[in-house]
Amino acid sequence: MDDLIAKYKGKKGNMIPLLQGTQSIYGYIPREAFEKLAAETGLELSDMYGVATFYAQFRLNPVGKHIIKVCHGTACHVQNAKAVTDSLKEALKVSDGETTEDGLFTLESVACLGCCSLAPVMMIGEETYGKLTGTEAVKIIKNIKIRESN
Amino acid sequence: MEKTKVIVGLGSCGIAAGAAKVYNKIKALQEAENLDFELKKTSCIGMCYREPLVEILDESGSYLYGDLDEEKIIEVIDKHIGQHSPVKEYVVHTDLYETVDTTFTKDQVKIALRNCGYIDPESIEEYEARDGYRALKKIAGQRMSRLDVIQSVLSSGLRGRGGGGFPTGLKWKFANNNKANEKYIICNADEGDPGAFMDRSLLEGDPHAVLEGMIIGAYAIEATGGVIYCRAEYPLAIKRLNIAIEQARKKGYLGKGILGMDDFDFDIYIKEGAGAFVCGEETALIASVEGQRGMPRKRPPFPAASGLWKKPTNINNVETFANIPWIILNGAEEYAKYGTEKSKGTKVFALAGKIKRSGLVEVPMGMSIRDVIFKLGGGIKNDKKFKAVQMGGPSGGCIPEYLADTIVDYDSVNATGAIMGSGGMVVMDETTCMVDVAKFFLEFTQKESCGKCTFCRVGTKRMLEILQRITEGKGEEGDLDKLEELSYQIKDNSLCGLGQTAPNPVLTTIRYFRDEYEAHIRDKKCPALVCTALLTYTVDPDKCTGCTVCAKNCPVDAIEGDRKQPHFIKQDVCIKCGMCYSKCKFDAIILS
Ligand SMILES: Cc1cc2nc3c(=O)[nH]c(=O)nc-3n(C[C@H](O)[C@H](O)[C@H](O)COP(=O)(O)O)c2cc1C
Ligand code: SF4
Ligand code: SF4
Ligand code: FES
Repeated sequence: MDDLIAKYKGKKGNMIPLLQGTQSIYGYIPREAFEKLAAETGLELSDMYGVATFYAQFRLNPVGKHIIKVCHGTACHVQNAKAVTDSLKEALKVSDGETTEDGLFTLESVACLGCCSLAPVMMIGEETYGKLTGTEAVKIIKNIKIRESN
Repeated sequence: MEKTKVIVGLGSCGIAAGAAKVYNKIKALQEAENLDFELKKTSCIGMCYREPLVEILDESGSYLYGDLDEEKIIEVIDKHIGQHSPVKEYVVHTDLYETVDTTFTKDQVKIALRNCGYIDPESIEEYEARDGYRALKKIAGQRMSRLDVIQSVLSSGLRGRGGGGFPTGLKWKFANNNKANEKYIICNADEGDPGAFMDRSLLEGDPHAVLEGMIIGAYAIEATGGVIYCRAEYPLAIKRLNIAIEQARKKGYLGKGILGMDDFDFDIYIKEGAGAFVCGEETALIASVEGQRGMPRKRPPFPAASGLWKKPTNINNVETFANIPWIILNGAEEYAKYGTEKSKGTKVFALAGKIKRSGLVEVPMGMSIRDVIFKLGGGIKNDKKFKAVQMGGPSGGCIPEYLADTIVDYDSVNATGAIMGSGGMVVMDETTCMVDVAKFFLEFTQKESCGKCTFCRVGTKRMLEILQRITEGKGEEGDLDKLEELSYQIKDNSLCGLGQTAPNPVLTTIRYFRDEYEAHIRDKKCPALVCTALLTYTVDPDKCTGCTVCAKNCPVDAIEGDRKQPHFIKQDVCIKCGMCYSKCKFDAIILS
C-alpha cells in the first residue's frame, strides 16, 4: 500500500482512488487498511467508511478468487437472468453475495454490464460471457474449477 | 493495388461472443500458410446480434461476415483469401448485393457512430485519416472565436444525449459566461441505465471522437481541466481511453498551447466510478469526483456557476461530445438537416430484449418506433407478439404496441409518459409481465436511492412492497390508487431526477396495462406466466408417458405416480420451481 499512499497522499479527491487501490491489492478493504490510510493520509475514518459503504464497488469482507457478476439489468431480466443466478446458486451452494467454501467464487447480481445485446450476461474477472443459460453458466464455472485444480 | 485487409470487431460484445478466438485463429492461419493480407482490429459496428464479425476488404469491395467461430473462419479465409471466392452464405453486409441484413443498415445515418467499426480505436492515425481532429484544426487554423464555436453548436440544434435533452449550445453559453481562473468540463460516461450501451460502444469504438468533442467544448467555455467519469464496469473503454489520451497528448491535441493556440491549455484525466447509479446525476457526479459520497445536492447553484471544486463546470454525455467534431467540421446546417423541428440530428439507440437484431443503430430523429424495431431491428424474436418497448430506463416508461407509430424525438416520446433517456430500447413480447417489469425498475431505484429524501427512500420502498404483494397474489382493491398517489408524491417531493422519475415505469404500466394489473389483483393470475407465485403446474395425463423424470427431479417430492402411469402434482407441496416443466421431454407439464 505504500506506493499507493505515496501516489495519492495530499491530492484533492484522493479518497475513492485510495480505496479502489487498496481493494485491488486485497480484493476487499480490511479494517487494518482503513486504519493505515487514516494514520498516513489524514483522511477521517468515518468519512472513509461513509464512502466505502455508499458505493457498490467496495467490499468490507474477503471475497472469492473469482467474482461472478451476473447481470440483472433490464435486457437480462426479461431474458431470464434469474435462471442463470438460480443455477449458479445451486451449483455453488451459495446465496447471492456469498463466497463458496473453498474461497474460489463469489456470486453477485449486478446492474447492467453494457452487453445487453448478448443478454443474459455474466462477467468473471474481465471476461464477459453472453447468451447464457443456467446450464452453460454452470459449465463455465466448472471449467474454471478444473483449471484451478491443475 | 492495396493489400487485402481482414478486420476483426473486438468490442466487448464481440469479445464476449468469441471474437478474440476468431482473431487468434486468423493470425495462426496467416502465419502457418504465409498468407498475404493485413490483419487489423476494430470495435463494434452495431451488429451485435451477428458477433463475432470479420470484415474482408479486397479489390472487389467490402464483405462483412457474421456469426463466425473458429471453424467457419477457416473456411472463410480459405475460400475468400485463398480462392478469391467470398463465402456468400456468411456475409451479413456488403455494398455489392443485398443480404438478409441489408435493412439493418439501410436507414441509418451515422454521425456519432461515424467511425465505430471502421477504425482501430487504438490508432490515432486511423482516426485522423477519417477527418479526426480536423474540426479542432479548423478552429485553430481559422482562429474561430469561442462564441463562433458555441453559436455553431447552438444553431445545430443539438440537445444533450444524456437524457434531459437540454440544448448543448445554450449550456456552453452559460458556462462561457461565468468567468473564473479555473473551469472544468466533464464527460459523463457513467451510463447507469440498464439496457443502454451506446456510450460504452462509443468509448470502445471511437475514443478520440469523444476526446475531440471535449477539447472543443473546453475551448468554447475556456475550461482548464477535463474529467471523464467512467464506470468501472467498462474496463475496455477505460483502457482505450487511456491509450487515446496518451496519443492525443503526444500529438499536441492536449496539453499546453493546443495546436499553437497560446491561450488554450487543457488536459483530461479519467475518474473511475465506483458503482452508484445516482452518480450519473450532475451534482452527485461532482461530489463523487471530489471523493465524497455521491449524493445530489440542491440546485441552484448550477454546476455552470459552481461545480467541481466550486468552479464553473460543464457536464455533457459521451454521445453529445461525439457529435461535436462532426458539427464543427460539416457545419450546423448540415446537422440540422436531419431530425424534426425541435429534435435535430440523429440519435443512437441500443436495441435489446426480445428483438431479433439487438445492437446499436443511429437514425435521424423522427423515425417511428415501429420502424426502428421492425425495419432495423428485424422484429420480435421467434416471431412472437410485440407488446411494449421500454425507453428511458428507470426514469422512463413502457410504450405499448398501439403507440408504436410514435416518432422518436424528445417531445413525442415524452408525451407517452416515457422519455428518450439515453436511448435504450428494451423490447418486450407477450411473455413479459408488465407488473414484473414495473417491480424490477422499482427494485432498482429503491436500491439506488441515495437516501437523502424521505419520499425517494421510503416512498419507493412502500411502492415496491405493494408491487411485491401484487405479484405474489396478495394484491388488494385500491392498490393501484395507492400506487398512483405515492407516485405523484414522490415525483413532486424528491430532490433529484432519480426520485422525480422513479415512479414513471409504474405509472406508464398502470396507464397502458391496467388489465394486467387487475388480472394479478382480482383473478390472482399472471397472464404472461411470469410471476411464480401465481402459476400452477399440472400434468396433462394424455401426454404423460410415466417416465418418472419429473418425480426424480422435483426438489420437494411433490410429484407422484407409478412407472408408465400418468403422474400428478400435489399442489400443496409444489414450490413452483419449474423443474418438472424444464425436465419433461414430452411437454406433458402444463403451466397456467
Ligand atoms: C439519477 C440520474 C442518473 C443519470 N445518469 C446519467 C448517465 O449515466 N449518463 C449521462 O450522460 N447522464 C446521466 N444523467 C443526466 C445527467 O445528470 C446530465 O443531465 C447529463 O450528463 C448532461 O449531459 P447532456 O447535456 O450532454 O445530456 C443522469 C441523471 C439522473 C438524475
Ligand atoms: S431523489 Fe432520491 S436519489 Fe435523489 S437526492 Fe433524493 S433520495 Fe437521493
Ligand atoms: S416427466 Fe413428463 S412424461 Fe415423464 S412422468 Fe413427468 S410428466 Fe410424465
Ligand atoms: S441488461 Fe444485462 S448487460 Fe445490459
